[in-house]
Amino acid sequence: MATKEETPKKDRWASGVTPYAEMGYWDADYEPKPTDILCAFRITPQEGVDSIEAAAAVAGESSTATWTVVWTDRLTPHEHYQAKAYSVEDVPGTPGQFIAKIAYDIDLFEEGSIANLTSSIIGNVFGFKALKALRLEDMRIPPHYLKTFQGPPHGIVMEREYLDKFGRPLIGATTKPKLGLSAKNYGRVVYEALRGGLDFTKDDENINSQPFMRWRDRYLHSMEAVNRASAVTGEVKGHYMNVTAATVEEMYERAEFAKEIGSIIIMMDLTVGYTAMSSMSKWARANGMILHLHRAGHATYTRQKTHGVSFRVIAKWCRMLGVDHIHAGTVVGKLEGDPGMIRGYYDVCRQRFNKANPETGIYFDQDWASLPGVMPVASGGIHAGQMHQLLHYLGEDVILQFGGGTIGHPMGIAAGATANRVAVEAIIQARNEGQDYYSEGPDILVNAAKGCPELDAALEVWKDITFEFTSTDTADVIETPTTS
Amino acid sequence: MRITQGTFSFLPDFTDEQIEAQILYALGQGWSIMVEHTDDPHPRNSLWEMWGQPLFDLGGDEVDVAMREVRSAREKFPKEYIKVVCYDRSLGRQTTALSFIVHRPDDEPGFRVERQEKADRQIRYTLHAYATNDPIGRRYGATGSEQATSNGAGEGAGESDGTVPEDSPE
Repeated sequence: MATKEETPKKDRWASGVTPYAEMGYWDADYEPKPTDILCAFRITPQEGVDSIEAAAAVAGESSTATWTVVWTDRLTPHEHYQAKAYSVEDVPGTPGQFIAKIAYDIDLFEEGSIANLTSSIIGNVFGFKALKALRLEDMRIPPHYLKTFQGPPHGIVMEREYLDKFGRPLIGATTKPKLGLSAKNYGRVVYEALRGGLDFTKDDENINSQPFMRWRDRYLHSMEAVNRASAVTGEVKGHYMNVTAATVEEMYERAEFAKEIGSIIIMMDLTVGYTAMSSMSKWARANGMILHLHRAGHATYTRQKTHGVSFRVIAKWCRMLGVDHIHAGTVVGKLEGDPGMIRGYYDVCRQRFNKANPETGIYFDQDWASLPGVMPVASGGIHAGQMHQLLHYLGEDVILQFGGGTIGHPMGIAAGATANRVAVEAIIQARNEGQDYYSEGPDILVNAAKGCPELDAALEVWKDITFEFTSTDTADVIETPTTS
Repeated sequence: MRITQGTFSFLPDFTDEQIEAQILYALGQGWSIMVEHTDDPHPRNSLWEMWGQPLFDLGGDEVDVAMREVRSAREKFPKEYIKVVCYDRSLGRQTTALSFIVHRPDDEPGFRVERQEKADRQIRYTLHAYATNDPIGRRYGATGSEQATSNGAGEGAGESDGTVPEDSPE
């Protein structure tokens, strides 16, 4: 069957181990097709392993190859199914690392399945012995494949119209302490925070259904709080009911109950996996429920610069499978986050088109083909005194979650919520009035606090709180210190 | 109580100069301006009455045109809520960009939470605005003579005839 032209290298099919590059997984002349899925990998090969062979090995192991030649490849048009490494570039200033770009034909992937996409791309290759470390930095998803995914159940625009809240970041808080509150006490925290001025409160990622508070009791008490808070403010309010559970069936049960008692929003944790998340996304679209995602566990594989998967890729997958909110970093808070990198994550969540930009870690142009934007969530160690910085770094379409920064307020939870709300409105007012809100931020807040003792107290108690540590995950081109 | 819908409700009520500054910003962004009013402040009331047509074609320096509409709406509906809505028609947004209350009734009685107890400790909640005990146009102390608010939309009025109220601008 095979002709000499189809098998240019005589020994291509000889039994045994052939270098991946010689098996067709490296093609320096390859021009990616508009339909190809493209990946950028940061590769750190073992001593003595050639960079091109390492790139070809990654292409091979994440597509059709195994460790030895198999004759059954010849039953297929294997050239079509082989991923092709087509570019290898040294990382400036970091010997031993390089960025390989690999193209995958769209036929390699099942429509609408992040589980399938990830089983291919990150399924096997990260444990490859010939590599010291491997990191998936970015992916380009062509519109042809993108359009097989649902995307966010609602998206930023629909959520804002539903909430009737425009022109400012939304603000929320995670109920604290994370664990141990009874359902009634929990409802108290939710009520105080919402009546004080927050738009949302949130279950923590590890609040599911423990002995001290079962999910159903928490939901019921939280809905009392949400409705009472709505009545005293005239605003739409919500509490993210965490539906994370041991099985998808239980997640559905909790989501159905949340809907039945009138909740407008539920949440789930990244730990439930891509398939469960995709299922909940479809459910949320069908049931008019805003869907919040907590990225629990992500830092185990996103944080180190040399190994794992960049969060920008996780964010991309989550926008595809479809969530309305995703935690994406704060820049100024207690958790890891270089400003440029976080800008990149936020761009991936919100923009219609991402332009490749080394400063934000975006390797490929990405057309989102009108898939709605995801509202990024900034949570962890942020407070009212940082409001001008938060707006500067994170923009307007964001949910700012002040957990400790609300509940830890010296005058009480509602006062903490009021402080945050007044701060965000004052900074937005100043920005719109043309003030340099970033550099004049502290003065703007102090002025707003003159008519607001709650904000005054917040500024006083947290004035010196900053988290200044160097980020581990930064752009290759620049190093920017985290600003408080 | 104080209804805190809108972008700036936690701040002291804006002066006209402050409202102008926000409208100036909106025009600079290329947004259109709409003035809307209601005497039904339920948080899910997403259709306040339009005060005339949206102002699509204002130049960046025509703040005074928008302010004239704000003032005439206030004169016409002193006992209602009035908001300025700044609308962004750009691709991918196509929605409100900024929306803030510029006038509110002197006294805001707020909402009653109604609970319907069901089995299994479930409760069905609904919010009832005290003001809506009275018919449209006669709420918040309005006598019905100073305004012609029954634009067709709203509860009990059947279908809207879609017309602009006769005393609305343009």
